[in-house]
Amino acid sequence: MREIAADVLVVGGGPAGLSAAAEAAAAGAGVVVAEAGLHLGGQLVKQSHKFFGSRDEYAGTRGFEIAKILKDEIARHGDRVQILLGTTVCGYYGDEGVVTAMTGEEEYFRIIPKRMIVASGAQERLIPFPNNDIPGVYGAGAVQTLMNVYGVVPGKRVLMIGAGNIGLIVSYQLLQAGVEVAAILEAAPRVGGYWVHAAKARRLGVPILLRHSIKRALGGEAVTGAEIIELDEKFNQVGAPEEIECDTICLAVGLTPTSELLWQAGCRMKYVPALCGHVPLRDALMRTSNENVWMAGDVSGIEEASAAMIEGRIAGVCAAESLGLKAGAKKLDGFWERLGNLRAGETGEKIRAGVAAVTVAGWEGEAV
Amino acid sequence: MDTDDVVVCRCEEVTLDEIRAWIGRGYCHFDELKRILRVGMGPCQGRGCRDIVLRELSRATGEPLEAIDPGTVRPPVKPIKIGLLAYGGEDAPK
Repeated sequence: MREIAADVLVVGGGPAGLSAAAEAAAAGAGVVVAEAGLHLGGQLVKQSHKFFGSRDEYAGTRGFEIAKILKDEIARHGDRVQILLGTTVCGYYGDEGVVTAMTGEEEYFRIIPKRMIVASGAQERLIPFPNNDIPGVYGAGAVQTLMNVYGVVPGKRVLMIGAGNIGLIVSYQLLQAGVEVAAILEAAPRVGGYWVHAAKARRLGVPILLRHSIKRALGGEAVTGAEIIELDEKFNQVGAPEEIECDTICLAVGLTPTSELLWQAGCRMKYVPALCGHVPLRDALMRTSNENVWMAGDVSGIEEASAAMIEGRIAGVCAAESLGLKAGAKKLDGFWERLGNLRAGETGEKIRAGVAAVTVAGWEGEAV
Repeated sequence: MDTDDVVVCRCEEVTLDEIRAWIGRGYCHFDELKRILRVGMGPCQGRGCRDIVLRELSRATGEPLEAIDPGTVRPPVKPIKIGLLAYGGEDAPK
């Protein structure tokens, strides 16, 4: 079986993985980036909105342009970074120091990495309701990919479930693409995403129905509508269901970390609601309880791409330093400061609490 | 909610009804449900359904979600054609 050696294997070519690869390569490490999709940049490539946050993290720049900046940075390292597209890292066999990967469905091979940085991102949550398996029920992220990467609209009239940032942004982009948005439903009593995104949808006349949820999808061969219900503060149904006509139901009900490799690597994990699922314990260097495995981005807890990029840089520097390379550990203070700024204030409260719940001071004395 | 037409595991077409019925029979661990129902054993390996099943287990047992064991994750994370393994990682010779 074919074998590829790497100083650092980066799993995932999104904002976290590319940032990690750039730092590790800058330190002189031989890096392999395995990306399951067919392009680098992860979710950035479909993000046509401008980023918020700080200038260091490309505030004011559109997501797909940030992807290009990161790809250009990687390209400057030439042969030191090997990119494997369409490649899923399938298994971690720690005893032998072997990772297995599959390209497409045609090739299965081994990677022998000295260090691994898992930046595998997140997956969309689904919610159970009757008829949720008929054509026309989509994840909001999938709809965004369909439109902004492949240029295909999902339907003519969409019901959006969830008023977090993804639900709001995708609703606006559907409107931009000429698709009608019947309503945005949100089970909570308030909009979860930024007001500026909510305001854009409202200005275009889309109702945002708080304390509302979907009861069932209607339709036989495909979605023709939905029954929606109002909820009380305990999320129980109030009154009779109402019918809404639509041909697409879009679920924007959150993401959860894609953590299989970390489980396989024996990393100590903890369920943290504020980080949206099971996430690995980590030290300030983004190392897991497995001394050869680091993490960055959504797999370490759902947050924005801005934070993912900084975490990636921290992991890249530290994984390289652990190999005896001079990666510029003095950069770390700057990265931590930027991360602190992104998580500052009221909006960062939940993330700060979540991260604190899984951060250890060091691994000495910790049962690994 | 009618639960017989609520699909939880799309890959293996397992419904909420089935999951609740087997939890009712004492199958109170994700791995037990996986072995009896194949929930989480399809192409997505539980990435779509694990959360929903864990929430059902939490609801039925009264344990908080953080106390529910999410089950064992083994390689591979996605199905591999047996022929690929048989021929050392390459497609079978034509």
